[in-house]
Amino acid sequence: MAVASGAYKKALEGDQKPKEVLVKIDRVTKKFDETIAVDDVSLTINKGEIFALLGGSGSGKSTLLRMLAGFERPTEGRIFLDGQDITDMPPYERPINMMFQSYALFPHMTVAQNIAFGLKQDRMSKTEIDERVAEMLKLVQMSQYAKRKPHQLSGGQRQRVALARSLAKSPKLLLLDEPMGALDKKLRSQMQLELVEIIERVGVTCVMVTHDQEEAMTMAERIAIMHLGWIAQIGSPIDIYETPTSRMVCEFIGNVNLFDGRVVEDMEGHALIASPDLERAIYVGHGVTTSVQDKQITYAIRPEKLLVTTEMPTCEYNWSRGKVHDIAYLGGHSVFYVQLPSGKIVQSFVANAERRGARPTWGDEVYVWWEDDSGVALRS
Amino acid sequence: MKRFSFSNVMLVLGLLFIYMPMVILVIYSFNASKLVTVWGGWSVKWYVGLLDNTQLMNSVGRSLEIAFYTAISAVILGTLAAFVLTRITRFKGRTLFGGLVTAPLVMPEVITGLSLLLLFVAMAQMIGWPQERGILTIWIAHTTFCASYVAVVVSARLRELDMSIEEAAMDLGAKPWKVFMLITIPMIAPSLAAGGMMSFALSLDDLVLASFVSGPGSTTLPMEVFSAVRLGVKPEINAVASLILLVVSIFTFLVWFFSRKAEKRRLKAIQQAMDETTGAANLAGPDSRRDPSQQHAPA
Repeated sequence: MAVASGAYKKALEGDQKPKEVLVKIDRVTKKFDETIAVDDVSLTINKGEIFALLGGSGSGKSTLLRMLAGFERPTEGRIFLDGQDITDMPPYERPINMMFQSYALFPHMTVAQNIAFGLKQDRMSKTEIDERVAEMLKLVQMSQYAKRKPHQLSGGQRQRVALARSLAKSPKLLLLDEPMGALDKKLRSQMQLELVEIIERVGVTCVMVTHDQEEAMTMAERIAIMHLGWIAQIGSPIDIYETPTSRMVCEFIGNVNLFDGRVVEDMEGHALIASPDLERAIYVGHGVTTSVQDKQITYAIRPEKLLVTTEMPTCEYNWSRGKVHDIAYLGGHSVFYVQLPSGKIVQSFVANAERRGARPTWGDEVYVWWEDDSGVALRS
Repeated sequence: MKRFSFSNVMLVLGLLFIYMPMVILVIYSFNASKLVTVWGGWSVKWYVGLLDNTQLMNSVGRSLEIAFYTAISAVILGTLAAFVLTRITRFKGRTLFGGLVTAPLVMPEVITGLSLLLLFVAMAQMIGWPQERGILTIWIAHTTFCASYVAVVVSARLRELDMSIEEAAMDLGAKPWKVFMLITIPMIAPSLAAGGMMSFALSLDDLVLASFVSGPGSTTLPMEVFSAVRLGVKPEINAVASLILLVVSIFTFLVWFFSRKAEKRRLKAIQQAMDETTGAANLAGPDSRRDPSQQHAPA
């Protein structure tokens, strides 16, 4: 897994080619009786990208996906695919295919028949179908299993067949519903990269739904965080992790230390935030746009950017005294829970770069500190 | 002694209670005496005599014919009802429809039979159809209650099916009717067969409904047996009953035998597939270790 995943690589390289919009979701709302599952969502998905809808259960992500597939009809709003309004088109007419969470392979058909099913509906000739099926089997490396029935396959193999079946018709848009939901953890990370590789080789646009942030960050180029039916933030994995726009996104993705405070000095080049949890002010290396009335702000800093040291920092801002409250050793890194004088407990990730280094232990007096640009000031 | 524990004794007593009468019936069907309750030595003359009894043989044929038609029509109607009840989740009067479908299960047969008789008579007077009661009316009557049984069996199966399989077929471009024929029907085939067999047995067994709606010359086997018994049990009836027992036993045995064979084959195939995958994983093991990309894998 030393190979950078497609999404991360692309995010680093930046996009040279102009973005072409494939899917446009225009103010879509879905109500089930009185509960609102999807609430006035608008977003665009570009050609060739892998887009993830990330959210907890009941966030509306699956409903949105099912509306793209055509299994649910939006209560309000329109969906466009390649400029064509597909809102009222039944699922069997849409050039969109889906890979289901349970894979939904047809149990009474062999692997080859499963893959051929969609092609048969298009009334392709038998030789063409056979060719295409062979091609798809080769793509997912399942050629030797063509005559097997689904119940004779392992979980990973079933997933490959499901992928081949949904790609066989060369859809304009591929939908993945919790693609790794039915796999165990080890197989999961392996299949994530394999899936991305196959999708990129085929060059199909892909929308996936997941509740697993690691999966979304590994596979997707852009992620939409969904919460209670609306979209909290859309951006690349880096954007969402490093510059979350709201407290909700910040807490949903990864771990975070939050300090509620008040802006006491706001200049163009820097700002100072006073937090009751900290003895010293927080120095932010850029101006914070605040309204005159409301000076309340939340400062968020990721645990890996909060550093623990035994020597007192010499700078004026951005550090605090503390006492090691607890340590969790996780192999690759340890999580230090440091109690500040105010009683607040903050988390810090310390990489275990040395096998046996001298490091603070339970009850030790330590200092936590961070760089000027390590954290994010959040207005909401 | 473990062999004579309470539960074992109860088991034997229970089995005897259920099967003893049938064993006695089979034994008495080989009775040489004309008197049913008096043993007069072994003989197969009642079996031979059966073939000459055209009235009885005709009723057997008629019953089988009705049972066959009933099985087919009940499976079709019952499956359609079950599909509507499980797959179309919201329509007006769904609860009422569900109740109406299952009502014949608890309805006393006498009431169903009487009301059907009244209906057929009224229809014959109003529209002139059915002109006379016979096989057709018995078939209709049997279908009404057998369809309910089929609906219950099939809807149980439909409910436990993964809906996403049908959605996947639709997603791949199959229209709803094609999805039903190509995907749903093959997946619920075992329950269709079970429903059909149940309908067949119920129809073959029914006396009450058939008595109400049958006409002249359409006497079914249960009616024939029942009327014969009323005039005193003839050893011939024992022979017929024994033959039915034999057919049912052979059929049950065959079903059990083939389903066990299929199950064994399935388990073997799964075992084989698992062996092959683990074998492949073992072969792939050293390769992945040599693969440089696997060496410094961050968490």
